[in-house]
Amino acid sequence: MRYIIDHPERMLELTQEHVRLVAISIVVAMVIGIPLGILITRLRWLEDSLIGITGVLYTVPSLALFAILMPYTGLGRTTVIVALVLYSLLAIVRNTVAGIDDVPAATLDAARGMGMTGSQRLLLVELPLALPVVLAGVRVATVAAVGIATVGALLGAGGLGRLIFDGISRGNTDRIVAGALGASVLALAADWTLARLGDVLRRDVRLNAR
Amino acid sequence: MFADLAQMVAYIQDNQDTFLELLTEHVQLTAVSVVIGLLIALPLAVVASRIELLAKPLTWLAAIGQTIPSIAILGLMLPFLGTGFMPALFALTIRAVLPIFLNGYVGIRSTDRAIVDAARGMGASDAQLLLMVELPLASPVLFAGIKTATVQNIGLATLAAFIGGGGLGDLILQGLGMVDPPVLLAGAVPVALLAMAAEVGLGRLQRVVVPAGLQIGTR
Repeated sequence: MRYIIDHPERMLELTQEHVRLVAISIVVAMVIGIPLGILITRLRWLEDSLIGITGVLYTVPSLALFAILMPYTGLGRTTVIVALVLYSLLAIVRNTVAGIDDVPAATLDAARGMGMTGSQRLLLVELPLALPVVLAGVRVATVAAVGIATVGALLGAGGLGRLIFDGISRGNTDRIVAGALGASVLALAADWTLARLGDVLRRDVRLNAR
Repeated sequence: MFADLAQMVAYIQDNQDTFLELLTEHVQLTAVSVVIGLLIALPLAVVASRIELLAKPLTWLAAIGQTIPSIAILGLMLPFLGTGFMPALFALTIRAVLPIFLNGYVGIRSTDRAIVDAARGMGASDAQLLLMVELPLASPVLFAGIKTATVQNIGLATLAAFIGGGGLGDLILQGLGMVDPPVLLAGAVPVALLAMAAEVGLGRLQRVVVPAGLQIGTR
């Protein structure tokens, strides 16, 4: 605990690095994952193979994935971001599919009856209704990414993991605790924030549906 | 990429004894921690499902525990237990308890109340209710927790190398230190394959272990 009190600027700096790493990865994963999810709902035969691939990627241990990527993406942030994106895809793709599948058939029929085109139905009906479920996937992916990113410090990606690895190599428990506490609080904060955002969206969807 | 993989295979062949030793350590770390984790987590889950007062703080603690980075849990063993296999095993066991406990608790709690009432009406004792009704009904969810813990701990055992716990992570650290891709891959690729094999293998096992009537909807 003393480390946190004695080095507030350092903590803040490392937390910012950590947040940036996770935020970039999650945004990239959404940009890839949501369209992939939509594609699966249109081309059903892709479902097993695409979900299967993202599922396999998810089981690969983080240090192993970093190590496999490193010869090609080098030491540093790129490797960690690529790995975090790959891990986040499973939750985001799966939830996008589930969210769109959950849209009631009656609602889609009504949209079609009103003369909406395919893209209008997608953008104005399906995606807004699926959003809370997609967000739930983003939430799971974000919390996981905060934890995995700590190992990324080993490859020089920065973030709170640096304190943990420094602490281990110097035998300094104070630093390990500071890094662990920082990452843990960050994960809980991300979880809470995205959960509240989900509540707001759900309420919004329900109000608009009336 | 294929050149690296070929060199990796050559490295493993040249250092077969070391590789097998590390692989064995890796499997031991994972298997022992999951078994001990199950032995601790399952009774805890049963207790939590019986005593309402304990359920909230225990699930809360487990959920927060999940957010502590694994590498930090390993690191925090150092001041108390030092380096080596046992401290790593201890850290991995803590990590295995969390998902098994959460899934076990949720599984038991989500048992249909009507079924529990029916069992009671048939004169089932507490022990019979637990062993013959609740645990079999909870087994698919519980088993999913064991699978999560196993796959997760195969990954975690890689990090054990940081505190001298052995396992295939040793090769990854060595490869990182020397920037030697074949050595790096000799640790990473087998670990990745091991995790996938555990996922698939336990999925198969689930079909054998879980009662036939509860198989619908599981893959």
